[in-house]
Amino acid sequence: MTGLYGGTGLHLAVALEGVGWHPAAWRAPDARPADLFTARYWADLAREAERGLLDFVTIEDALTPRPSGRLQGGLDAVLVAARLAPVTGHIGLVPTTDVTHTEPFHVSIGVASLDFASYGRAGWRPRVSAGVREAGHFGRRRASAAAPPGRIASDADLNAEAADAVEVVRRLWDSWQDDAEIRDASTGRFLDRDRLHYIDFEGPYFDVRGPSITPRPPQGQPVVTVLADSPPAYEFAARGADVVYLTPDSRAGTGAAVSRVRAAEAAAGRGGEPLRVFADLLVFIDDRPGAAAVRKARLDELDGAGPASAVEVFTGTAAELADLLEERLDAGLTGFRLRPGVLPHDLTGITRRLVPELQRRGAFRTAYRETTLRARLGLSRPEGRYSAPAAATTGGGS
Amino acid sequence: MPVRQVHLAAHFPGVNNTTVWSDPASGSQIDFASFVHLARTAERGKFDFFFLAEGLRLREMKGRIHDLDVAGRPESLTVLSALAAVTTRLGLAATVNSTFNEPYEVAGRLATLDHLSAGRAAWNVVTSYDAFTGENFRRGGFLAEADRYTRAAEFLQTARELWDSWSDDGGAEGEFAHSGRHFDIAGRFGTPRGPQGHPVIIQAGDSAEGREFAASDADVIFSRHGAPAAGRAFYADVKRRLPRYGRHPDELKIFPAVTYVLGDTEEDAAERAADIRRAQVGPETAIAYLEGVWGRDLSAYDPDGPLPDVEPDLDEGVSKGRAQFRGDRGETVRRWRTLAADRGLSIRELVIEATGRQTFVGTPRSVADRIDEFVQTGVADGFIFVPHLTPGGLDDLVDHVVPLLQEKGVFRSDYTGTTLRDHLGLGPPRGAVRRAHAEAVS
Ligand SMILES: Cc1cc2nc3c(=O)[nH]c(=O)nc-3n(C[C@H](O)[C@H](O)[C@H](O)COP(=O)(O)O)c2cc1C
Repeated sequence: MTGLYGGTGLHLAVALEGVGWHPAAWRAPDARPADLFTARYWADLAREAERGLLDFVTIEDALTPRPSGRLQGGLDAVLVAARLAPVTGHIGLVPTTDVTHTEPFHVSIGVASLDFASYGRAGWRPRVSAGVREAGHFGRRRASAAAPPGRIASDADLNAEAADAVEVVRRLWDSWQDDAEIRDASTGRFLDRDRLHYIDFEGPYFDVRGPSITPRPPQGQPVVTVLADSPPAYEFAARGADVVYLTPDSRAGTGAAVSRVRAAEAAAGRGGEPLRVFADLLVFIDDRPGAAAVRKARLDELDGAGPASAVEVFTGTAAELADLLEERLDAGLTGFRLRPGVLPHDLTGITRRLVPELQRRGAFRTAYRETTLRARLGLSRPEGRYSAPAAATTGGGS
Repeated sequence: MPVRQVHLAAHFPGVNNTTVWSDPASGSQIDFASFVHLARTAERGKFDFFFLAEGLRLREMKGRIHDLDVAGRPESLTVLSALAAVTTRLGLAATVNSTFNEPYEVAGRLATLDHLSAGRAAWNVVTSYDAFTGENFRRGGFLAEADRYTRAAEFLQTARELWDSWSDDGGAEGEFAHSGRHFDIAGRFGTPRGPQGHPVIIQAGDSAEGREFAASDADVIFSRHGAPAAGRAFYADVKRRLPRYGRHPDELKIFPAVTYVLGDTEEDAAERAADIRRAQVGPETAIAYLEGVWGRDLSAYDPDGPLPDVEPDLDEGVSKGRAQFRGDRGETVRRWRTLAADRGLSIRELVIEATGRQTFVGTPRSVADRIDEFVQTGVADGFIFVPHLTPGGLDDLVDHVVPLLQEKGVFRSDYTGTTLRDHLGLGPPRGAVRRAHAEAVS
């Protein structure tokens, strides 16, 4: 079976979060809650994901609102990803950052630096922070008049602002042409300043001048990924992302969600590469039929509730999951981002059970071939937006 | 008097003319492998820490991007986190500005680095506040010069409150509220306390306010004063400020930025030092340097000719994005003219003579002796070595000078602790105590 983009079969990513996505995951027998804030913990998970030849891992950020209570702290996701870069060799590293309160300039150089440290394996998930509680951590903005209760602004406004932040980040990545560093001893110049560009972004929310302080990263543009969990987020993804995560709840729902993505792309006038579409799935995997459902039910009981998210939950064996993925893939997906219910149990379920099953079916790679994350997703390394001959004349002093 | 122990730190080569990029041995300033090389060299030499500077806007001269010096750096904390994977004991110091950031985010990122490095994080709190840099940020340039340290002090105080909002035993879990002149924030801090409790705090300002800020709340000062007389005066001035904050002078370590050149003989070293100075101050750089002081376009002058006879423009600056030339430029011009006339120096020779001479020049033996002497005689507690070459610029220091310091018994032959606080001989952070003092002075 030939996949849509770059290589064989489907693409698989895994979303790493704390001790797993189930709120009672820390009470599971093999959970390692005491290690959660050690480098070793994250390195073990990333290496396991790489052993399973997965496309990339995503990492949630420290600012993500989590219910109060033990083991709900977080680490800065860009720094976790950077810590993982030298101890892995192939897997893509995709940290999440807030874009509502943070500075696009800082985010831009952080992700570019991750791309340097990983030699071209960086991605990024910009995240909107809608809550007044998160805004209180920064103290810089109050809720707008039109904001829904408990939120600082409308979904539409926040996503439009996030799209501007992505635009700034992307321009900064391009603001150094690949050949800006010349080291020309005859004229004493290290840089060709005509190959550096002010980005002069002006928008309703902020202005940023540029250029970046960091050269263009190895991939040119690290892979931008967006979770489409509301209609404005589809628009945001269509405007600025390379990859979109959907949260459909059925095969029919998957087809409909993919259609919405394509409609949003058309409405945004998106040119170039279409969005790579990944469906999110929260997974509990066990060998014995029925065991995963029992395990999840026990965790639900311990917690008193269960995973409170819009994401579809799968419980079953690896073969059952492989069936589901193959069936869903035909609805127009590039692949899946699996959220392990419990770590490391459901991650090893993916890497040591699901992946071999898919490989047997010829539906998943048997080795890493591409060296950069873009290449793995079938995305070429883009020419910088300021490199076109027409733009060259505006270089330097624009 | 007991023998004082020397502390050593490594600075990744910077983005000014002291970093020589034209040398065939000069490697990439951005390839991650360069950072790995220098960090591993520092760890091989049992250094206290590895240091990364920061500049949030590319420097400009005469309204255009400055193109003569090395430029293009990564984000400090991201690179240091990656370096935590390839080192085990070396301290990892990030320069992070307190004007164009917010405490919640910076405190979380530093606590993260401290976790991921098992207790090796340090934060150099710098205060650039100019509107030029502000153009890269959504907040813009919004700080008056007089407020740079009130914001920095409250920023650090708030960060300490956030780090203290989790207790070591997991009792308290991040609830906080801070209300002050610069920050009014509340909620829950997302990242538990790191292994060091608080990262090591470094301060690198030179003004009276900067020194006071360091005396009240920093663990290390990064200073410009590596020459013995100036260094001794700075050292005495700063240490004298500590008791007022209830602190012992040893609780603040003074690390001047220093440079070095080794040779087989003293003459050989001096010759090499002169060659490096010529490489650092090429003809174009000499003119650019002069323009920074004169405040006007001097591109028509011959770098090998005499100093310009035109008067400096003391109102307009031509150089943006660097901390240099903050002194009295009129006075500098007068001094340089006298020096050039007395010695018959060309523009380029003058700039070579008047700026950035190497701190330590000599054989490994004489350099080791002087390092030791400086520490025993109140010039410094340690040094931040700034190499002129990327990434091999500290190789010979570690290979030839460090063993001599170890032989003398003034530098560790291996790490005895695991955290940066251990290496520096600092006790646990006294967040709450220091906060009380910071409040008393602000
Ligand atoms: C040795 C030294 C190194 C410095 N490094 C940086 C740096 O990497 N980034 C930065 O923004 N400022 C840096 N600074 C600037 C200071 O943090 C401070 O903002 C500046 O000196 C103005 O403060 P002052 O008036 O107290 O000197 C450095 C200063 C010194 C003395």
